[in-house]
Amino acid sequence: MKTLRDVKVGETAKVMKIHGDGALKRRIMDMGITKGTEITVRKVAPLGDPVEVTVRGYELSVRKDDADILEMS
Amino acid sequence: MALKIALAGNPNCGKTTLFNDLTGSTQYVGNWPGVTVEKKEGRLIGHRDVIIQDLPGIYSLSPYTLEEVVSRNYLVNEKPDVILNIVDGTNIERNLYLTTQLVEIGIPVVIAFNMMDLVRKSGDQIDTKKLGKELGCETIEISALHSDNTKKAAELAIEQATKKKGELPHVFTGSVEHAIAHIEESIETLVPAEQLRWYAVKLFERDSKATEQLKLSADTKAHIEQHIADCEKEMDDDAESIITNQRYTCIQKLVADTVSKKHTSEQMTTSDKIDRIVTNRILALPIFAVIMWAVYFISVTTLGSWLTDWTNDVLFGTWITNGATAGLTALGASDAVISLLVDGIIGGVGTVLGFVPQMILLFLCLSILEDSGYMARVAFIMDRIFRRFGLSGKSFIPMLVGTGCGVPAIMASRTIENEKDRRMTILLSTFLPCGAKMEIVAMMTMVCFPGSMFVAPAMYFLGLGIVVFSGIALKKTKYFSGDPAPFVMELPAYHIPTVKGVLIHVWERAKAFMIKAGTIIFTMCIVIWFLMHFGPTGFLPDDIDASFLRYIGEGLSWIFKPLGFGTWQGAVASVSAEVAKEQATATLGMLAHAASDDETDVAAAINTMFGGSKLIGMSFLLFNIFDAPCMVAIATAFREQASRKWGWITFGYQMMVGYCLSLCVYQIGAWVSGSFTFGTVVAIALILAACYFVFRPNPYAKKRTEYRREAERA
Repeated sequence: MKTLRDVKVGETAKVMKIHGDGALKRRIMDMGITKGTEITVRKVAPLGDPVEVTVRGYELSVRKDDADILEMS
Repeated sequence: MALKIALAGNPNCGKTTLFNDLTGSTQYVGNWPGVTVEKKEGRLIGHRDVIIQDLPGIYSLSPYTLEEVVSRNYLVNEKPDVILNIVDGTNIERNLYLTTQLVEIGIPVVIAFNMMDLVRKSGDQIDTKKLGKELGCETIEISALHSDNTKKAAELAIEQATKKKGELPHVFTGSVEHAIAHIEESIETLVPAEQLRWYAVKLFERDSKATEQLKLSADTKAHIEQHIADCEKEMDDDAESIITNQRYTCIQKLVADTVSKKHTSEQMTTSDKIDRIVTNRILALPIFAVIMWAVYFISVTTLGSWLTDWTNDVLFGTWITNGATAGLTALGASDAVISLLVDGIIGGVGTVLGFVPQMILLFLCLSILEDSGYMARVAFIMDRIFRRFGLSGKSFIPMLVGTGCGVPAIMASRTIENEKDRRMTILLSTFLPCGAKMEIVAMMTMVCFPGSMFVAPAMYFLGLGIVVFSGIALKKTKYFSGDPAPFVMELPAYHIPTVKGVLIHVWERAKAFMIKAGTIIFTMCIVIWFLMHFGPTGFLPDDIDASFLRYIGEGLSWIFKPLGFGTWQGAVASVSAEVAKEQATATLGMLAHAASDDETDVAAAINTMFGGSKLIGMSFLLFNIFDAPCMVAIATAFREQASRKWGWITFGYQMMVGYCLSLCVYQIGAWVSGSFTFGTVVAIALILAACYFVFRPNPYAKKRTEYRREAERA
């Protein structure tokens, strides 16, 4: 399964499915990452984690562990 | 009765700027009851009977974060007259997501589209009138930064407060709307008509807080659950996600109809360009180091410490003290009165006020970092390291400042949004030796290891070790592990901070500190002064050996027996270190009756007082460096934890660490030199227990691995 963690810097992918439940899933969705949303990975933090992504026209920082719940195209 | 306007909006939408603009100097800053979330209130300039309640910056009204729960409870239970919803025009989709939730609460909503100057400049167009019509709200275009239309926004809100609420937008479609309508039917009699939609949607989401509140009968519950389950089956998703999805779908449609973007998203904004350098993989860390060094340099070492030293030594130490002494003597006041006013009150309160210039400078730096948007990048850069110890990337700044002074360090933890991270940071940031503690280190190095260069660095590393291992151990406790706090953080566009915004911010912090520390310290100063200068025989200006403090020291000395310095002198010195850490060296000198003021004489006398034992000296040093900080810092921690329970947990934990560390060193040291006692057994047991708490598997860590497993299975 390809998750947001596997999307390379500079690439854009579509959210296919959001796994998990509870606070994390809700928070990610509240921030505008819903099924079908396009996410562009902008860069990785200097220490390798988290990653910066663009979603719905703004910048968001997501930890790689949290990014794993996002199944991407 | 006063009219209440609630200000609601996303973080970084310019809400604070608008609030400052509308209320000016009439702000009152406090905390929402029992939580560390800040509560700000003010009166609208020119309208004495209009109260503006600033809600925390939130993205949603979910039941998962404190800020959101606080806001919901306020909106649903206290029912303000009108909501003024600030929407960042440059980031409209995500901002409107909150709006779709606010309109369901049953309070008239006025949408203020902020940063419209930037929107126009970029060539984009937003048909705010049409958007408002679709959402059932009045709208206005503003720029909080330039005070454009802000007054009008408030006036529009006042006007709408008395009007009937507009029609609800059609957010949900098909079977979802159908299910919600059914839920509405079954709870119609339980909730006020205007809140019907809010509760129905919350019940559909299986929102724990709303369900609790309504106390539904088992029948109704089953009935509602049936509708939700049917809908979930049809949509092949969980109820919460269905709602979020539909909200965003609705917004996307609205935005497509009303917003026309001139630029494509491919083009780089100024903010992107800055970020390309500032959070660049190679340059990010050096730039970060330079900025942190500048903050430290300005607020802690150079300017800050000059101002603090000047306030302490010149302003309070010389001018005011001498002036007051001369004035009181001329008035014929007795020695005891002069001593109380000069040594006790002026001296003590002066110590507190001495922190103020340093604090102001620090907060000046911090507000600039925060308002400009760099603080979010600090978290982004440092997150990897700090989250291992249950801290946030933003904990870096309190820790750094803590090596200068613990008081501003604790205050700096305010920039951390997550409550658990913030509590943990307050708990741990004072373990790093501050400037005043280094005076004890210098003194005790002279006493035990004259000329050694290694003691001071060793104390820093030990402090760092305590922070790291405490973090690891505490993260495995129930409170700090709990639900894993998701770190999904917005990196807001860079802004140039406004002078007014920064100054208001600095003033709020400094005021809060002075009030809390001032009142507590004032009382404590008088108590300590009395104990030090009075004995059973009356007023004793310079004879600590016969003071009440000595008797208290004797009463407390048993506590320090296992640490090796169980004498009344040891106890008194430790108590005075709690007043102010640098005080301990002066007290030790006084207690040891040194032959002269010369440093070597004082060190020799202290050495004799501790029985010539290096081990006891070290034990004393460790206890006083790693126990709770001075009382100003303790008072600050109590304030910032915003809960008496958490204040005591902080104090208790710090005392425990200092005590156990010192006990282990003393007892193991004594064992090495050949005396195996009951104390040795206790020390070994303590070390084993500490290892257990640090290295045990996290009993609450299930959650995260479960996600992964589920993701892998799919």
